[in-house]
Amino acid sequence: MAQQVCIFAENKPGRLERITKILKEARINMRAITIATSQGFGIIKLIVNDPEKTIEVLRSKGLTAYSREVIAVLMDDQPGGLHKVAEVFARKEINVEDAYGFVVQDKKRAVMIFDVESMPEAVNILTKAGFVLLNDEELYSL
Amino acid sequence: MFWDRQNETLDRDSLKKLQLRLLQKTVKQVAKSPYYGALFKKEGISPDRLKGLDDIRRIPFVSKDTLREQYPYGFLAVPKEKIVRMHSSSGTTGRATVIFHTASDINEWAELIARCMYMVGVRASDVFQNMMGYGLFTGGLGFHYGAEKLGALVIPAGAGNSRRQIVLMQEFETTVIHIIPSYALHLLETFRSLGVDPRKDLKLRMAFIGAEPHTEETRRRIEAAYGMKVYNSYGLSEMNGPGVAFECQQQCGLHAWEDSYIVEVIDPETLEPVRDGDEGELVFTSLKREGMPIIRYRTRDLAHIYPDSCPCGRTHRRISRIKGRTDDMLIVKGVNMFPVQIEKTLMAIPEVGSNFQIILDKKDDNDLMTIKVEVLGSMFTGDMQHLQGLRKRIIEELRSEILVTPEVELVEPDSLPRSEGKAVRVIDNRKQWG
Repeated sequence: MAQQVCIFAENKPGRLERITKILKEARINMRAITIATSQGFGIIKLIVNDPEKTIEVLRSKGLTAYSREVIAVLMDDQPGGLHKVAEVFARKEINVEDAYGFVVQDKKRAVMIFDVESMPEAVNILTKAGFVLLNDEELYSL
Repeated sequence: MFWDRQNETLDRDSLKKLQLRLLQKTVKQVAKSPYYGALFKKEGISPDRLKGLDDIRRIPFVSKDTLREQYPYGFLAVPKEKIVRMHSSSGTTGRATVIFHTASDINEWAELIARCMYMVGVRASDVFQNMMGYGLFTGGLGFHYGAEKLGALVIPAGAGNSRRQIVLMQEFETTVIHIIPSYALHLLETFRSLGVDPRKDLKLRMAFIGAEPHTEETRRRIEAAYGMKVYNSYGLSEMNGPGVAFECQQQCGLHAWEDSYIVEVIDPETLEPVRDGDEGELVFTSLKREGMPIIRYRTRDLAHIYPDSCPCGRTHRRISRIKGRTDDMLIVKGVNMFPVQIEKTLMAIPEVGSNFQIILDKKDDNDLMTIKVEVLGSMFTGDMQHLQGLRKRIIEELRSEILVTPEVELVEPDSLPRSEGKAVRVIDNRKQWG
Protein backbone atom coordinates (compact mmCIF):
# COMPACT_ATOMS: atom_id res chain seq x y z
CA MET A 1 0.00 0.00 0.00
CA ALA A 2 1.13 3.55 -0.64
CA GLN A 3 0.68 6.61 1.55
CA GLN A 4 -1.04 9.72 0.30
CA VAL A 5 -0.62 12.98 2.16
CA CYS A 6 -3.90 14.91 2.60
CA ILE A 7 -3.92 18.54 3.65
CA PHE A 8 -7.00 20.48 4.77
CA ALA A 9 -7.02 24.04 3.43
CA GLU A 10 -9.47 26.88 3.09
CA ASN A 11 -10.28 27.70 -0.50
CA LYS A 12 -8.30 30.97 -0.51
CA PRO A 13 -5.41 32.32 -2.58
CA GLY A 14 -2.00 31.64 -1.09
CA ARG A 15 -2.65 28.24 0.37
CA LEU A 16 -0.88 26.31 -2.35
CA GLU A 17 2.05 28.74 -2.26
CA ARG A 18 2.44 28.24 1.46
CA ILE A 19 2.36 24.46 1.23
CA THR A 20 4.74 24.17 -1.70
CA LYS A 21 7.16 26.57 0.02
CA ILE A 22 7.25 24.33 3.08
CA LEU A 23 7.87 21.29 0.89
CA LYS A 24 10.58 23.09 -1.06
CA GLU A 25 12.41 24.07 2.13
CA ALA A 26 12.19 20.51 3.40
CA ARG A 27 13.47 19.29 0.06
CA ILE A 28 10.46 17.07 -0.50
CA ASN A 29 9.88 15.83 -4.03
CA MET A 30 6.34 15.54 -5.29
CA ARG A 31 5.17 12.82 -7.69
CA ALA A 32 1.58 13.89 -8.03
CA ILE A 33 -0.85 16.44 -6.69
CA THR A 34 -4.60 16.84 -6.95
CA ILE A 35 -7.01 19.20 -5.25
CA ALA A 36 -10.68 18.70 -4.45
CA THR A 37 -12.74 21.63 -3.20
CA SER A 38 -16.18 21.89 -1.70
CA GLN A 39 -18.12 24.59 0.11
CA GLY A 40 -15.26 26.92 0.88
CA PHE A 41 -12.63 24.38 1.82
CA GLY A 42 -10.43 21.91 -0.03
CA ILE A 43 -8.33 18.85 0.44
CA ILE A 44 -4.95 18.79 -1.27
CA LYS A 45 -3.66 15.30 -1.97
CA LEU A 46 -0.01 14.60 -2.60
CA ILE A 47 2.14 11.66 -3.54
CA VAL A 48 5.59 12.54 -2.18
CA ASN A 49 8.91 10.81 -1.85
CA ASP A 50 8.80 10.86 1.97
CA PRO A 51 5.24 10.90 3.29
CA GLU A 52 6.23 10.63 6.96
CA LYS A 53 8.62 13.56 6.84
CA THR A 54 6.07 15.57 4.86
CA ILE A 55 3.37 15.07 7.49
CA GLU A 56 5.80 15.99 10.25
CA VAL A 57 7.02 19.13 8.56
CA LEU A 58 3.52 20.31 7.58
CA ARG A 59 2.14 19.76 11.07
CA SER A 60 5.06 21.58 12.64
CA LYS A 61 4.08 24.61 10.54
CA GLY A 62 0.53 24.44 11.85
CA LEU A 63 -1.09 22.76 8.88
CA THR A 64 -3.69 20.04 9.17
CA ALA A 65 -2.14 17.06 7.44
CA TYR A 66 -3.02 13.40 7.49
CA SER A 67 -1.61 10.31 5.87
CA ARG A 68 -4.06 8.05 4.09
CA GLU A 69 -3.52 4.60 2.60
CA VAL A 70 -4.15 4.33 -1.12
CA ILE A 71 -3.55 1.74 -3.83
CA ALA A 72 -0.87 2.54 -6.43
CA VAL A 73 -1.26 0.40 -9.53
CA LEU A 74 1.46 0.14 -12.15
CA MET A 75 0.15 0.41 -15.72
CA ASP A 76 1.46 0.56 -19.26
CA ASP A 77 1.49 4.06 -20.64
CA GLN A 78 -0.40 2.84 -23.71
CA PRO A 79 -3.97 3.29 -24.92
CA GLY A 80 -6.02 0.82 -22.93
CA GLY A 81 -3.63 0.76 -19.98
CA LEU A 82 -6.18 2.13 -17.55
CA HIS A 83 -9.05 0.22 -19.09
CA LYS A 84 -7.43 -3.05 -18.01
CA VAL A 85 -7.69 -1.97 -14.38
CA ALA A 86 -11.11 -0.40 -14.69
CA GLU A 87 -12.44 -3.60 -16.21
CA VAL A 88 -11.46 -5.56 -13.12
CA PHE A 89 -13.08 -3.00 -10.83
CA ALA A 90 -16.30 -3.17 -12.81
CA ARG A 91 -16.39 -6.95 -12.89
CA LYS A 92 -15.71 -7.28 -9.19
CA GLU A 93 -17.99 -4.35 -8.34
CA ILE A 94 -15.34 -2.35 -6.52
CA ASN A 95 -16.44 1.22 -5.94
CA VAL A 96 -13.81 3.91 -6.50
CA GLU A 97 -14.02 6.92 -4.14
CA ASP A 98 -11.17 8.84 -5.70
CA ALA A 99 -8.55 8.29 -8.40
CA TYR A 100 -5.84 10.14 -10.26
CA GLY A 101 -2.92 9.13 -12.40
CA PHE A 102 0.51 10.23 -13.59
CA VAL A 103 3.14 9.08 -16.07
CA VAL A 104 6.49 7.96 -14.71
CA GLN A 105 8.19 6.84 -17.91
CA ASP A 106 6.88 8.32 -21.08
CA LYS A 107 5.19 5.74 -23.31
CA LYS A 108 6.36 3.02 -20.95
CA ARG A 109 4.94 3.24 -17.45
CA ALA A 110 2.25 5.09 -15.54
CA VAL A 111 0.81 4.90 -12.06
CA MET A 112 -2.86 5.13 -11.05
CA ILE A 113 -3.72 6.03 -7.47
CA PHE A 114 -7.01 4.62 -6.17
CA ASP A 115 -8.91 5.36 -2.99
CA VAL A 116 -11.54 2.66 -2.59
CA GLU A 117 -14.13 1.76 -0.01
CA SER A 118 -12.69 -1.57 0.92
CA MET A 119 -8.90 -1.50 0.65
CA PRO A 120 -7.93 -5.07 1.63
CA GLU A 121 -10.53 -6.55 -0.69
CA ALA A 122 -9.39 -4.40 -3.62
CA VAL A 123 -5.70 -5.23 -3.00
CA ASN A 124 -6.56 -8.90 -3.02
CA ILE A 125 -8.57 -8.70 -6.24
CA LEU A 126 -5.97 -6.64 -8.11
CA THR A 127 -3.07 -8.84 -7.05
CA LYS A 128 -4.94 -11.98 -8.09
CA ALA A 129 -5.69 -10.36 -11.45
CA GLY A 130 -1.97 -9.96 -11.97
CA PHE A 131 -1.49 -6.25 -11.40
CA VAL A 132 1.62 -4.84 -9.74
CA LEU A 133 0.81 -2.72 -6.70
CA LEU A 134 3.54 -0.39 -5.52
CA ASN A 135 4.48 0.53 -2.00
CA ASP A 136 6.10 3.85 -1.08
CA GLU A 137 9.67 2.73 -1.73
CA GLU A 138 8.79 1.26 -5.08
CA LEU A 139 6.82 4.34 -6.08
CA TYR A 140 9.97 6.38 -5.63
CA SER A 141 12.44 4.07 -7.19
CA LEU A 142 10.69 4.17 -10.55
CA MET B 1 -59.87 56.34 16.08
CA PHE B 2 -60.05 54.84 19.57
CA TRP B 3 -60.78 51.18 20.16
CA ASP B 4 -61.22 51.97 23.83
CA ARG B 5 -61.49 55.76 24.13
CA GLN B 6 -62.11 55.82 27.85
CA ASN B 7 -58.99 53.86 28.77
CA GLU B 8 -56.75 55.25 26.02
CA THR B 9 -57.39 58.85 27.10
CA LEU B 10 -57.64 58.28 30.86
CA ASP B 11 -56.11 61.23 32.72
CA ARG B 12 -52.73 60.56 34.34
CA ASP B 13 -54.05 60.59 37.91
CA SER B 14 -56.80 58.08 37.20
CA LEU B 15 -54.34 55.98 35.19
CA LYS B 16 -51.93 55.84 38.12
CA LYS B 17 -54.73 54.92 40.53
CA LEU B 18 -55.75 52.15 38.13
CA GLN B 19 -52.17 50.93 37.93
CA LEU B 20 -51.82 50.76 41.69
CA ARG B 21 -55.04 48.81 42.05
CA LEU B 22 -54.01 46.38 39.29
CA LEU B 23 -50.52 46.07 40.75
CA GLN B 24 -51.91 45.07 44.12
CA LYS B 25 -54.16 42.55 42.40
CA THR B 26 -51.17 41.20 40.44
CA VAL B 27 -49.02 40.89 43.55
CA LYS B 28 -51.81 38.92 45.18
CA GLN B 29 -52.03 36.68 42.11
CA VAL B 30 -48.30 35.97 41.69
CA ALA B 31 -48.04 35.03 45.35
CA LYS B 32 -49.74 31.81 44.24
CA SER B 33 -46.72 30.87 42.10
CA PRO B 34 -43.84 28.83 43.59
CA TYR B 35 -41.24 31.49 42.79
CA TYR B 36 -43.06 34.57 44.08
CA GLY B 37 -44.68 32.66 46.91
CA ALA B 38 -41.29 31.80 48.34
CA LEU B 39 -39.83 35.23 47.55
CA PHE B 40 -42.65 37.18 49.19
CA LYS B 41 -42.50 35.04 52.28
CA LYS B 42 -38.76 35.62 52.53
CA GLU B 43 -38.90 39.36 51.85
CA GLY B 44 -42.16 39.98 53.72
CA ILE B 45 -43.94 41.42 50.67
CA SER B 46 -47.73 41.59 50.48
CA PRO B 47 -50.28 43.64 48.46
CA ASP B 48 -51.24 45.89 51.38
CA ARG B 49 -47.60 46.92 51.79
CA LEU B 50 -47.84 48.58 48.36
CA LYS B 51 -49.18 52.01 49.23
CA GLY B 52 -47.98 53.82 46.14
CA LEU B 53 -46.57 52.94 42.72
CA ASP B 54 -43.01 53.67 43.94
CA ASP B 55 -43.35 50.78 46.35
CA ILE B 56 -42.95 48.49 43.36
CA ARG B 57 -39.23 48.96 43.93
CA ARG B 58 -39.47 46.75 47.01
CA ILE B 59 -39.99 43.86 44.62
CA PRO B 60 -36.82 42.45 43.02
CA PHE B 61 -36.31 42.43 39.25
CA VAL B 62 -36.86 39.34 37.16
CA SER B 63 -34.24 38.56 34.52
CA LYS B 64 -34.23 36.02 31.72
CA ASP B 65 -31.97 33.87 33.90
CA THR B 66 -34.61 33.86 36.62
CA LEU B 67 -37.14 32.56 34.10
CA ARG B 68 -34.68 29.92 32.92
CA GLU B 69 -33.96 28.78 36.46
CA GLN B 70 -37.69 28.50 37.16
CA TYR B 71 -38.44 26.68 33.91
CA PRO B 72 -41.00 25.39 33.38
CA TYR B 73 -43.58 25.96 36.14
CA GLY B 74 -41.88 28.18 38.72
CA PHE B 75 -43.84 31.28 37.69
CA LEU B 76 -47.20 29.59 37.11
CA ALA B 77 -49.86 31.34 39.22
CA VAL B 78 -52.90 29.20 38.34
CA PRO B 79 -53.52 25.44 38.16
CA LYS B 80 -52.11 24.03 34.93
CA GLU B 81 -55.61 23.01 33.76
CA LYS B 82 -56.55 26.67 33.48
CA ILE B 83 -53.76 27.28 30.95
CA VAL B 84 -54.85 27.24 27.31
CA ARG B 85 -51.66 28.32 25.55
CA MET B 86 -47.91 28.36 26.01
CA HIS B 87 -45.26 30.19 24.03
CA SER B 88 -41.58 29.38 24.29
CA SER B 89 -38.24 30.81 23.31
CA SER B 90 -35.62 28.86 21.39
CA GLY B 91 -33.03 26.79 23.20
CA THR B 92 -33.04 23.38 24.77
CA THR B 93 -33.92 22.67 28.38
CA GLY B 94 -31.90 24.83 30.68
CA ARG B 95 -31.81 27.76 28.30
CA ALA B 96 -35.43 27.96 27.17
CA THR B 97 -38.14 30.09 28.76
CA VAL B 98 -41.89 29.55 28.61
CA ILE B 99 -44.92 31.82 29.11
CA PHE B 100 -48.37 30.45 29.99
CA HIS B 101 -51.72 32.03 29.15
CA THR B 102 -55.24 31.48 30.44
CA ALA B 103 -58.29 32.11 28.24
CA SER B 104 -58.67 35.51 29.90
CA ASP B 105 -55.01 36.33 29.16
CA ILE B 106 -55.46 35.44 25.48
CA ASN B 107 -58.50 37.67 25.34
CA GLU B 108 -56.78 40.63 27.01
CA TRP B 109 -53.83 40.24 24.67
CA ALA B 110 -56.13 40.21 21.63
CA GLU B 111 -57.81 43.36 22.98
CA LEU B 112 -54.47 45.16 23.11
CA ILE B 113 -53.60 44.15 19.56
CA ALA B 114 -57.04 45.23 18.32
CA ARG B 115 -56.50 48.54 20.09
CA CYS B 116 -53.14 48.98 18.32
CA MET B 117 -54.53 48.14 14.90
CA TYR B 118 -57.65 50.27 15.31
CA MET B 119 -55.49 53.18 16.43
CA VAL B 120 -53.78 53.40 13.03
CA GLY B 121 -56.95 52.91 11.05
CA VAL B 122 -57.51 49.19 10.52
CA ARG B 123 -61.20 48.29 10.24
CA ALA B 124 -63.30 45.17 9.75
CA SER B 125 -63.30 45.81 6.02
CA ASP B 126 -59.52 45.40 5.87
CA VAL B 127 -57.72 42.32 4.64
CA PHE B 128 -54.82 41.53 6.96
CA GLN B 129 -51.98 39.30 5.78
CA ASN B 130 -50.04 38.06 8.79
CA MET B 131 -46.56 37.40 7.39
CA MET B 132 -44.93 36.68 10.74
CA GLY B 133 -43.89 33.26 11.99
CA TYR B 134 -46.64 31.25 13.64
CA GLY B 135 -45.83 28.39 16.02
CA LEU B 136 -44.06 28.97 19.30
CA PHE B 137 -43.31 32.57 18.39
CA THR B 138 -45.74 35.13 19.73
CA GLY B 139 -45.58 37.41 16.68
CA GLY B 140 -47.85 35.28 14.50
CA LEU B 141 -50.59 34.12 16.83
CA GLY B 142 -50.57 37.37 18.83
CA PHE B 143 -51.54 39.48 15.86
CA HIS B 144 -53.79 36.78 14.47
CA TYR B 145 -56.14 36.80 17.47
CA GLY B 146 -56.12 40.58 17.70
CA ALA B 147 -56.92 41.08 14.02
CA GLU B 148 -59.76 38.56 14.23
CA LYS B 149 -61.15 40.35 17.26
CA LEU B 150 -61.10 43.60 15.31
CA GLY B 151 -62.96 41.80 12.55
CA ALA B 152 -60.52 42.04 9.68
CA LEU B 153 -60.17 39.21 7.18
CA VAL B 154 -57.05 37.41 8.41
CA ILE B 155 -54.77 35.60 5.96
CA PRO B 156 -52.54 33.42 8.20
CA ALA B 157 -49.73 33.38 5.63
CA GLY B 158 -46.85 32.99 8.10
CA ALA B 159 -43.32 33.86 7.01
CA GLY B 160 -41.44 32.98 3.82
CA ASN B 161 -42.67 31.61 0.49
CA SER B 162 -42.31 34.97 -1.23
CA ARG B 163 -44.06 34.24 -4.48
CA ARG B 164 -47.10 32.92 -2.70
CA GLN B 165 -47.21 35.96 -0.40
CA ILE B 166 -47.48 38.25 -3.41
CA VAL B 167 -50.07 36.08 -5.14
CA LEU B 168 -52.16 36.18 -1.94
CA MET B 169 -51.89 39.96 -1.87
CA GLN B 170 -53.13 40.12 -5.45
CA GLU B 171 -55.90 37.54 -5.21
CA PHE B 172 -57.35 38.67 -1.88
CA GLU B 173 -56.58 42.39 -2.16
CA THR B 174 -54.58 42.57 1.04
CA THR B 175 -54.65 46.03 2.59
CA VAL B 176 -52.60 45.54 5.78
CA ILE B 177 -49.53 43.39 6.43
CA HIS B 178 -47.50 42.38 9.51
CA ILE B 179 -43.90 41.64 8.61
CA ILE B 180 -40.29 41.94 9.74
CA PRO B 181 -38.60 44.94 8.10
CA SER B 182 -35.77 43.01 6.42
CA TYR B 183 -38.28 40.67 4.80
CA ALA B 184 -40.32 43.63 3.55
CA LEU B 185 -37.22 44.89 1.76
CA HIS B 186 -36.24 41.43 0.53
CA LEU B 187 -39.69 40.97 -1.02
CA LEU B 188 -39.06 43.87 -3.37
CA GLU B 189 -36.80 41.56 -5.40
CA THR B 190 -39.63 39.07 -5.81
CA PHE B 191 -41.99 41.88 -6.81
CA ARG B 192 -39.49 42.93 -9.46
CA SER B 193 -39.07 39.41 -10.80
CA LEU B 194 -42.86 39.00 -11.05
CA GLY B 195 -43.28 42.38 -12.71
CA VAL B 196 -45.58 43.60 -9.92
CA ASP B 197 -45.33 47.17 -8.63
CA PRO B 198 -46.59 47.21 -5.04
CA ARG B 199 -47.35 50.90 -5.28
CA LYS B 200 -49.67 50.54 -8.28
CA ASP B 201 -50.76 46.92 -8.64
CA LEU B 202 -51.80 46.16 -5.04
CA LYS B 203 -54.25 47.52 -2.47
CA LEU B 204 -51.73 47.76 0.40
CA ARG B 205 -52.31 50.75 2.65
CA MET B 206 -50.23 49.94 5.73
CA ALA B 207 -47.72 47.63 7.35
CA PHE B 208 -46.69 46.85 10.94
CA ILE B 209 -43.02 46.06 11.43
CA GLY B 210 -41.27 44.65 14.47
CA ALA B 211 -39.34 41.73 15.97
CA GLU B 212 -35.97 43.05 14.83
CA PRO B 213 -34.14 46.33 15.35
CA HIS B 214 -34.35 48.76 12.46
CA THR B 215 -33.64 52.40 11.74
CA GLU B 216 -36.01 55.25 10.92
CA GLU B 217 -34.39 55.26 7.50
CA THR B 218 -35.42 51.64 6.92
CA ARG B 219 -39.02 52.45 7.82
CA ARG B 220 -39.10 55.34 5.36
CA ARG B 221 -37.55 53.15 2.66
CA ILE B 222 -40.31 50.58 3.06
CA GLU B 223 -42.95 53.32 3.00
CA ALA B 224 -41.56 54.74 -0.21
CA ALA B 225 -41.09 51.38 -1.92
CA TYR B 226 -44.62 50.17 -1.16
CA GLY B 227 -46.50 53.46 -1.13
CA MET B 228 -48.03 52.77 2.29
CA LYS B 229 -47.78 53.82 5.92
CA VAL B 230 -45.47 51.70 8.08
CA TYR B 231 -45.89 51.54 11.87
CA ASN B 232 -43.42 50.30 14.44
CA SER B 233 -44.62 47.53 16.76
CA TYR B 234 -42.93 46.50 20.03
CA GLY B 235 -43.44 43.60 22.37
CA LEU B 236 -41.81 40.71 24.17
CA SER B 237 -43.15 37.27 24.96
CA GLU B 238 -42.66 37.82 28.69
CA MET B 239 -45.30 40.56 28.40
CA ASN B 240 -47.51 38.54 26.00
CA GLY B 241 -45.76 39.27 22.74
CA PRO B 242 -46.60 42.08 20.31
CA GLY B 243 -49.04 44.67 21.57
CA VAL B 244 -46.96 46.10 24.42
CA ALA B 245 -46.25 49.35 22.57
CA PHE B 246 -47.31 50.63 19.16
CA GLU B 247 -47.01 53.80 17.10
CA CYS B 248 -50.01 56.02 16.54
CA GLN B 249 -50.49 57.88 13.28
CA GLN B 250 -47.99 60.53 14.43
CA GLN B 251 -45.23 57.93 13.96
CA CYS B 252 -43.23 59.55 16.72
CA GLY B 253 -42.69 57.06 19.51
CA LEU B 254 -44.68 53.98 20.50
CA HIS B 255 -47.52 54.25 23.04
CA ALA B 256 -46.89 51.71 25.81
CA TRP B 257 -50.27 50.66 27.22
CA GLU B 258 -50.04 51.78 30.80
CA ASP B 259 -53.37 50.29 31.81
CA SER B 260 -51.83 46.89 31.05
CA TYR B 261 -48.18 47.48 31.97
CA ILE B 262 -46.09 49.47 34.38
CA VAL B 263 -43.07 50.82 32.50
CA GLU B 264 -39.85 51.66 34.29
CA VAL B 265 -36.60 52.88 32.76
CA ILE B 266 -33.52 52.00 34.77
CA ASP B 267 -29.79 52.51 34.60
CA PRO B 268 -28.54 49.01 33.71
CA GLU B 269 -25.49 49.42 35.96
CA THR B 270 -26.95 51.00 39.11
CA LEU B 271 -30.49 49.59 38.61
CA GLU B 272 -31.88 52.95 39.74
CA PRO B 273 -34.58 54.76 37.76
CA VAL B 274 -33.20 57.28 35.25
CA ARG B 275 -34.39 60.89 35.04
CA ASP B 276 -37.55 61.49 33.05
CA GLY B 277 -36.78 61.26 29.35
CA ASP B 278 -33.28 59.79 29.76
CA GLU B 279 -32.24 56.61 28.01
CA GLY B 280 -32.08 53.40 30.01
CA GLU B 281 -33.20 49.79 30.15
CA LEU B 282 -36.93 49.14 29.82
CA VAL B 283 -38.50 47.19 32.67
CA PHE B 284 -42.11 45.98 32.42
CA THR B 285 -44.68 44.69 34.91
CA SER B 286 -47.80 42.98 33.58
CA LEU B 287 -51.05 44.25 35.12
CA LYS B 288 -53.76 42.26 33.41
CA ARG B 289 -52.32 38.73 33.28
CA GLU B 290 -53.42 35.96 35.59
CA GLY B 291 -51.75 32.78 34.29
CA MET B 292 -48.18 33.89 34.65
CA PRO B 293 -47.88 37.56 35.59
CA ILE B 294 -44.33 38.91 35.82
CA ILE B 295 -43.26 41.86 37.92
CA ARG B 296 -40.35 44.12 36.92
CA TYR B 297 -38.99 42.12 34.00
CA ARG B 298 -35.68 43.45 32.72
CA THR B 299 -35.98 43.53 28.95
CA ARG B 300 -32.31 44.45 28.23
CA ASP B 301 -33.73 46.81 25.60
CA LEU B 302 -32.40 50.36 25.69
CA ALA B 303 -34.82 53.20 25.00
CA HIS B 304 -36.20 56.41 26.50
CA ILE B 305 -39.68 57.68 27.29
CA TYR B 306 -40.98 60.82 25.57
CA PRO B 307 -41.74 63.14 28.47
CA ASP B 308 -44.28 65.30 26.60
CA SER B 309 -47.84 64.47 25.57
CA CYS B 310 -48.80 63.17 22.14
CA PRO B 311 -51.00 65.16 19.74
CA CYS B 312 -53.14 62.06 19.18
CA GLY B 313 -54.69 62.58 22.62
CA ARG B 314 -53.66 59.29 24.17
CA THR B 315 -52.35 59.69 27.69
CA HIS B 316 -50.26 56.50 27.69
CA ARG B 317 -46.64 57.56 27.35
CA ARG B 318 -44.52 56.78 24.34
CA ILE B 319 -41.26 54.84 24.30
CA SER B 320 -38.66 55.55 21.65
CA ARG B 321 -37.37 53.16 19.04
CA ILE B 322 -35.09 50.57 20.71
CA LYS B 323 -31.51 51.87 20.69
CA GLY B 324 -29.63 48.72 21.60
CA ARG B 325 -29.28 45.85 24.06
CA THR B 326 -27.48 45.60 27.38
CA ASP B 327 -26.65 41.94 26.87
CA ASP B 328 -25.20 39.90 24.03
CA MET B 329 -28.50 38.71 22.63
CA LEU B 330 -28.58 38.64 18.83
CA ILE B 331 -31.58 39.12 16.60
CA VAL B 332 -31.19 37.39 13.25
CA LYS B 333 -34.05 37.36 10.74
CA GLY B 334 -36.33 38.42 13.58
CA VAL B 335 -35.30 35.51 15.81
CA ASN B 336 -33.64 35.99 19.22
CA MET B 337 -30.59 33.94 20.17
CA PHE B 338 -27.54 34.03 22.37
CA PRO B 339 -23.94 33.28 21.30
CA VAL B 340 -23.68 30.79 24.15
CA GLN B 341 -26.31 28.62 22.44
CA ILE B 342 -24.05 28.39 19.39
CA GLU B 343 -21.03 27.69 21.56
CA LYS B 344 -22.80 24.92 23.43
CA THR B 345 -23.97 23.27 20.21
CA LEU B 346 -20.53 23.40 18.57
CA MET B 347 -18.69 22.07 21.62
CA ALA B 348 -20.92 19.00 21.59
CA ILE B 349 -19.58 18.01 18.14
CA PRO B 350 -16.25 16.15 18.59
CA GLU B 351 -14.68 17.15 15.27
CA VAL B 352 -15.03 20.82 16.05
CA GLY B 353 -12.12 22.73 17.55
CA SER B 354 -12.60 25.17 20.38
CA ASN B 355 -12.59 28.35 18.36
CA PHE B 356 -15.46 29.75 16.32
CA GLN B 357 -16.75 33.09 15.13
CA ILE B 358 -20.20 34.43 14.34
CA ILE B 359 -20.24 36.94 11.50
CA LEU B 360 -23.38 38.89 10.77
CA ASP B 361 -23.81 40.78 7.54
CA LYS B 362 -26.59 42.39 5.60
CA LYS B 363 -26.86 40.99 2.10
CA ASP B 364 -29.53 42.67 -0.06
CA ASP B 365 -31.34 43.80 3.10
CA ASN B 366 -31.32 40.25 4.48
CA ASP B 367 -29.54 39.10 7.59
CA LEU B 368 -26.76 36.70 6.71
CA MET B 369 -25.25 34.69 9.54
CA THR B 370 -21.96 32.90 8.85
CA ILE B 371 -20.38 30.76 11.51
CA LYS B 372 -16.70 30.01 11.02
CA VAL B 373 -15.73 26.80 12.75
CA GLU B 374 -12.18 25.60 13.25
CA VAL B 375 -11.75 21.96 12.31
CA LEU B 376 -9.97 19.87 14.91
CA GLY B 377 -6.67 18.81 13.29
CA SER B 378 -6.59 15.46 15.02
CA MET B 379 -10.01 14.58 13.58
CA PHE B 380 -9.02 15.18 9.97
CA THR B 381 -8.73 11.97 7.94
CA GLY B 382 -8.49 13.41 4.45
CA ASP B 383 -11.98 12.24 3.58
CA MET B 384 -13.92 14.84 1.59
CA GLN B 385 -17.30 13.24 2.21
CA HIS B 386 -16.64 13.16 5.90
CA LEU B 387 -15.93 16.89 5.94
CA GLN B 388 -19.00 17.66 3.86
CA GLY B 389 -21.06 15.53 6.19
CA LEU B 390 -19.57 17.31 9.19
CA ARG B 391 -20.45 20.70 7.80
CA LYS B 392 -24.00 19.54 7.12
CA ARG B 393 -24.29 18.14 10.62
CA ILE B 394 -23.09 21.39 12.16
CA ILE B 395 -25.70 23.32 10.19
CA GLU B 396 -28.45 20.91 11.27
CA GLU B 397 -27.50 20.98 14.96
CA LEU B 398 -27.33 24.77 14.96
CA ARG B 399 -30.61 25.14 13.11
CA SER B 400 -32.26 22.88 15.63
CA GLU B 401 -30.99 25.00 18.53
CA ILE B 402 -31.33 28.59 17.29
CA LEU B 403 -34.17 28.05 14.77
CA VAL B 404 -32.34 29.91 12.01
CA THR B 405 -30.23 28.23 9.30
CA PRO B 406 -26.71 29.67 9.28
CA GLU B 407 -23.97 29.44 6.67
CA VAL B 408 -21.11 27.37 8.05
CA GLU B 409 -17.51 27.67 6.91
CA LEU B 410 -14.95 25.11 7.98
CA VAL B 411 -11.64 26.85 8.58
CA GLU B 412 -8.14 25.73 9.39
CA PRO B 413 -7.19 25.17 13.03
CA ASP B 414 -5.72 28.25 14.72
CA SER B 415 -6.76 30.49 11.83
CA LEU B 416 -9.35 32.50 13.74
CA PRO B 417 -8.06 35.46 15.74
CA ARG B 418 -7.47 34.78 19.38
CA SER B 419 -7.80 37.51 21.98
CA GLU B 420 -6.13 38.03 25.30
CA GLY B 421 -9.25 38.53 27.37
CA LYS B 422 -12.80 37.55 26.55
CA ALA B 423 -13.12 35.88 23.16
CA VAL B 424 -14.68 38.11 20.52
CA ARG B 425 -17.22 35.69 19.21
CA VAL B 426 -19.54 37.99 17.33
CA ILE B 427 -18.69 40.35 14.51
CA ASP B 428 -21.84 42.25 13.63
CA ASN B 429 -21.39 44.24 10.41
CA ARG B 430 -25.04 45.19 10.15
CA LYS B 431 -25.99 48.68 11.20
CA GLN B 432 -29.30 47.84 12.78
CA TRP B 433 -29.95 50.04 15.73
CA GLY B 434 -31.88 53.27 15.29
